[in-house]
Amino acid sequence: MTKDVERFEPKNPMEDFLRMDRIPHIWCSGCGIGVVLTSFVDALRKSEIDLNKVAVVSGIGCTGRVAGYVKLDSYHSTHGRAIPFATGLKLGNPELQVVVFSGDGDLVGIGGNHFVHAARRNMDILVICVNNFNYAMTGGQVAATSPLNANLSTAPYGNFEYPFSLPYLADACGATYVARWTCLHIRRVTMSIQEAFQRKGFRFIEVIAPCVTLYARRNRLGDGLNLLKYYHDNSEIRHGADTRTLDIGYQGKMIVGKFVDREKPPFLECMNTHLKKVLGDKYVPYGEQP
Amino acid sequence: MKKVKADPKGVLTGAHYMDGDFAIAEGALAAGCRFFAGYPITPSTETAERFVERIPFVGGVFIQMEDEIASVTALIGASWAGKKAMTVTSGPGFSLMMENIGLAAMMEAPIVIANVQRGGPSTGLPTLVGQQDMMQVRWGSHGDYKIIALSPDSPQECFDLTIQAFNLSETYRVPTFIMTDECVGHMHEKVVIPPADKIEVVERKWYEGPKDKYLPYKPDKDMIPFMVKAGDGYRFHTTGLTHDERGYPVINAECQDWCVRHLNDKITKNADKIIKYEEEQTDHAEVVVVSYGITSRVAYRAVQLARKAGIKVGTLRLITVWPFPEKRIKALAQKVKAFVVPEINYGQMVLEVERAAAGKAPAIHVPHCGGGVHNPEDVFSVIKEAAK
Amino acid sequence: MAEQKIYFGNLKPKRGTIHIDKNRCKGCGFCVEYCPRDVLELSEEYNQKGYHPPHVKDEPNCCYCQLCEAICPEFALFVTLKEEEEEEEGEKSESRP
Repeated sequence: MTKDVERFEPKNPMEDFLRMDRIPHIWCSGCGIGVVLTSFVDALRKSEIDLNKVAVVSGIGCTGRVAGYVKLDSYHSTHGRAIPFATGLKLGNPELQVVVFSGDGDLVGIGGNHFVHAARRNMDILVICVNNFNYAMTGGQVAATSPLNANLSTAPYGNFEYPFSLPYLADACGATYVARWTCLHIRRVTMSIQEAFQRKGFRFIEVIAPCVTLYARRNRLGDGLNLLKYYHDNSEIRHGADTRTLDIGYQGKMIVGKFVDREKPPFLECMNTHLKKVLGDKYVPYGEQP
Repeated sequence: MKKVKADPKGVLTGAHYMDGDFAIAEGALAAGCRFFAGYPITPSTETAERFVERIPFVGGVFIQMEDEIASVTALIGASWAGKKAMTVTSGPGFSLMMENIGLAAMMEAPIVIANVQRGGPSTGLPTLVGQQDMMQVRWGSHGDYKIIALSPDSPQECFDLTIQAFNLSETYRVPTFIMTDECVGHMHEKVVIPPADKIEVVERKWYEGPKDKYLPYKPDKDMIPFMVKAGDGYRFHTTGLTHDERGYPVINAECQDWCVRHLNDKITKNADKIIKYEEEQTDHAEVVVVSYGITSRVAYRAVQLARKAGIKVGTLRLITVWPFPEKRIKALAQKVKAFVVPEINYGQMVLEVERAAAGKAPAIHVPHCGGGVHNPEDVFSVIKEAAK
Repeated sequence: MAEQKIYFGNLKPKRGTIHIDKNRCKGCGFCVEYCPRDVLELSEEYNQKGYHPPHVKDEPNCCYCQLCEAICPEFALFVTLKEEEEEEEGEKSESRP
């Protein structure tokens, strides 16, 4: 018996947060993006945040489709440019809680420059990067995060380029909150996102997710379950670990956890404080939050 | 859309002696622009510098982004947050902005970009004048879309046309361009800024109906959809993918047809309201000189010489360069012997004149490849030839 | 029906009812694999997309942990708390807080 006969037909509580007219989504069977989106929706629910003030911006790619499925002010911008778009949104309306939800190729490949500068400036946005180690939407090409020796469609004899360690990159650029999880750590991803909502500044959460159709298939890693098992067996939680030690080798150990959590005034606060100090009463403050 | 008086906080009323770049910044502030995201590039940097110096006293944000791509994308974000947003650039930066100009056109986000043109291609002549991006502003991004471009010929016009550009952008929800050049940008002249209540500023069409009935891209009677801003609870989605009225991506030929026609027709069908030009003595002219920007001032000297020599010359100065005033050119082509088109490029707007003239009158180009303005004698000799 | 465990007097473990939208399922198997009580298994039937959706094989064992709901990538699964239908005489049944 799969359905209880109750007085009313129960609705999946996630439906309030999703554009149900666009479900089912386009992601493959076993893809981790749906799981990360579920964790995100759970965090929205639990943190009781004003949904009218949340804006989601995503780029191009599989993860970039997330904006189309959430029932919030959502923007699907061009490849790699989700972060400057979010910058404009946040500076245009400082009351918004702006979330950038995009993939590894989009955020640190083509969007690398924007990532670096937004973190440097401590722009008050939350960036959730779903890392599946390749450019999935276009057919599984090598990305800046692809591990050494992995097989990808533009590295068919194995990848010989060094990849990024995303928490290291975010930390080095000045992010105030850096965490990494796999999509299997569902509750911890939700908790991280909830925590991040409470913080200010450039917050970065990397979530490693399986890409069954491309990365896993090309490397003969099995399906979603096989990859989740790999995450289960090989991920180790080390909160506060040194971000210099977080490299992921091919099918190697993954260190997850919350690595950086510090206070640093975000861009608008810096602007207001500084200009008030220098210009005195003549300065007209902008976007000051209580 | 609503027409309102300018916010006096941003209006520097009075008579000033300033260059075109500064005038653009002042025009932006007068029009209500409170968000500027830019990147330094000669010869446009002065506009950014002026804006950042003034904005702390007006109330708004200036941010120097990491590159032009980020600048134009931030503008689109700020536009969706409800702000009037602008950036300024020159040739190389303009090329970088192209992809996201397409995004702004597709999302129908009102933004204003000023291109203070310089000699190109590539790095070209950073500190010297050119007018070589006139076709690029129209066709630069991929796909079929239309934009509005204005061309001021003096710092005073830089001020006036910047306000115009914002008004047009907000009215038609389209990226609007101010195509000046290094000469006008760096030329110091008198700029009179009127009091705030004499400046008319347009607010975009805000949607005021029930939240659950909002369709982001449903065209109104005037073909322009209503806009909302992020944070007001409409929870809409918008994308650079081909989309339908709900803003949802629909990937098929029918939706593409609807989308492309909508983006283009909203400008084409309203072209008569948008197009502006300045005509002089064209009624019985044998030759009409079509020019824009700094070249129109040089051409006027040539026209004076020609008139002294007895040639009946008319002038048509383009104020809106795009949409192009084809109807007027077509009408003039029936009567004149030839059009003379001096421009500081190797042949761009002359192609439009030729197209609009449809063979009825030749369009003779007076090229100058950049780095300086025309010698009026050269333009005069072409006019003489054309009049024969 | 499995033995109703009682803790600390009247506390009873929570029970859940699992709602499965069979046609949304893409047969990834995450819910089956990660249910801590082995309540789900892949069924023999096919759904509209040609996948085998899960079905509840051991409903009384569901402890309302909602892990299947959280791990499903398709939003196809959710769990509601089963309210106690009967009450013991004179004693009120309480769920663990």
